[in-house]
Amino acid sequence: MTKQIDHISKKKFMEELERYRKGSVTRRHFLNVTGLGAAATVLGAAVPGLRPSPAFAGDIGDRVILATWPNYHDPANFEAFTEATGAHVQVNVFGSNEEMLAKLQAGATGWDVYVPTNYTITTYVEEGLIEPLDTSKLPNYDGSAFDARYAEAGSVDGRLYAVPKNWGSTGMAVNTAHNDGKPIASWKEFFDIARDKFTDRAMVHDYQLTTIGSALNYYGYSFNSVDEAELADAEKLLIDVKPHLFAITSDYQPAMRNGDAWLTICWSGDGKQLNTDMPEIHYVLGREGGEIWSDYYAIPKGAPHMDAAYALINYLLDPTVNTKEVLAHGYPTADANTYAMLPDELKNDPILFPAQELLTPLEFGAAATLTDPNRAELMARFKSA
Amino acid sequence: MTQRTRNWLLLAPAGTWFLVMLIVPLSVVFIFSFGERAPSGGVVPAFTFEQYANLPARWTAFKNTMTLAPVGTLSALVIAYPLAYFLAIKANPKWKTILLVLVIVPFWTSILIRSYAWIFLLGGRGIPALLDFVGIEGVRLINTPFAVLVGIIYGYLPLMVFPIFVSLDKLDKRLLEASSDLGAKPWRTFVQITLPLSIPGIATGCMLVFILLMGEYLIPALLGGGKVFFVGNALVDLFLQSRNWAYGSAVAVTLVVVMLITVTVYMRLISRLGASREDVSIM
Repeated sequence: MTKQIDHISKKKFMEELERYRKGSVTRRHFLNVTGLGAAATVLGAAVPGLRPSPAFAGDIGDRVILATWPNYHDPANFEAFTEATGAHVQVNVFGSNEEMLAKLQAGATGWDVYVPTNYTITTYVEEGLIEPLDTSKLPNYDGSAFDARYAEAGSVDGRLYAVPKNWGSTGMAVNTAHNDGKPIASWKEFFDIARDKFTDRAMVHDYQLTTIGSALNYYGYSFNSVDEAELADAEKLLIDVKPHLFAITSDYQPAMRNGDAWLTICWSGDGKQLNTDMPEIHYVLGREGGEIWSDYYAIPKGAPHMDAAYALINYLLDPTVNTKEVLAHGYPTADANTYAMLPDELKNDPILFPAQELLTPLEFGAAATLTDPNRAELMARFKSA
Repeated sequence: MTQRTRNWLLLAPAGTWFLVMLIVPLSVVFIFSFGERAPSGGVVPAFTFEQYANLPARWTAFKNTMTLAPVGTLSALVIAYPLAYFLAIKANPKWKTILLVLVIVPFWTSILIRSYAWIFLLGGRGIPALLDFVGIEGVRLINTPFAVLVGIIYGYLPLMVFPIFVSLDKLDKRLLEASSDLGAKPWRTFVQITLPLSIPGIATGCMLVFILLMGEYLIPALLGGGKVFFVGNALVDLFLQSRNWAYGSAVAVTLVVVMLITVTVYMRLISRLGASREDVSIM
């Protein structure tokens, strides 16, 4: 196989796809131009000889596999990376940290880079599932530029295992049009209105950490509690609320957008996206507390393309690239160099960068919640009730 | 090469497949089910019945599955039978192939995408908005057991239609003429001839749909809004969220046993039913 085969560039393909989606070209035109009719593009990604060749000498292989969260990257950055290095970025999207851990525990994931959240990293270290990072291979990593709150979980016992990606909060999104234009401000209000005025209109995550955490916040307990009596209270509340819920799901944007649901537990980036498109949807932090979190880039033990993994992390840490990432997904970064490059309206955005007094009561998720069997069983009882 | 060796050689690929893909994994699951959950997830070898003693904690999931699987199968049968009957007996032979293709076409798209389509149809801006327009207000469809039932019937209907179609298509039409010549009314012909002769198709269709429904988790998760919890959903959570492999294995083994028992009882019933009806029709 040589590179003579006539297939269009990825960039051109994405442009054509966009035109097709907007309806400005016909399906036939799209299939012809992209060569999808002959499946050439599909083959292009699968047959090594058809991929762009490395533009410079440092050969890092032809692919790198990234396990990450939905809507969390700028695809244009990946294309630029492929053009510069010849390594194609294969993205696997996950729904929860628990699921990522489960896959790594089962072995042989084939991932090169993954994106764990702060509270899981100690468990990965204990289980020997994470590779310590060699900063000499990450010239773009500037440890002093990161806000320590969002960077410290990356080191365990003085060893660096993970470098910060983005941080955010877990609050609630409320459609104020159905509440006389008023938002709500606490988890107490969240669960009370969900059983009353917003019956059949509220959603909680399909995720033990945030759903149980928010129910614990209702009583003023810690978001991270594993105390049996406190968990029993949270369970009572959740089971009482369940018949009034619209859904238990972490994919809550569609129902909020089409008006089926009016209230949901929400991550700040989703809150920002919803608020931008529908200003009547407000993102608020619970007065009692809630979660503040930080995601990291890390390399799993035994990653098959180690050089490519370092190259990708290093590339994404470049403040210019990172700025594009933030503009695409709307989650803040802990890197001062990237922050400096953001436009002012993002720096002053109350959803991305809430006032300090709102952040103070928030808690980082605790490692204990990840492995606590009682929280897992509580979630199962809630879902099957 | 003797006949015997040749037989063994021909059986080897299928045998190896069964051993590697069925017997070995099932044995691993069976062994895990007597283990214990490792502190941060996974399994540690042990010999305990603790996981089985814990089964009542998933009683609701079993109850939901054992309710919706038979209801879904029966509903699919009630809808599929007239369709298969029409295709096999009433449809113009010229159109038959096209109509059959139309039944298969949805299968070309992933069930995930088809279920997403139902999310929009059953959601607030779909059928309820239409009902609202004609004056029926406040109907909620999405994220209810009814939505799950609709998704199940839709998803598995072709699996029910085809076996019934085949058995009706093969039916010797002269039997129907004979029945009519002997003075039987159409309804009597149907009950005494057509229906008994299509029992193999019904039995196969029900079996296919029922077994798949017992392990279903995607449709309840998507159309039930996470509020309708099947054994399949319990298993996904146990392995992918709480990483309790030991307990997950015990639930899986129990599901297999429940399935085997149900299918055995079902086969007995069917053969008894088939036999007695056959006697009647012969008389």
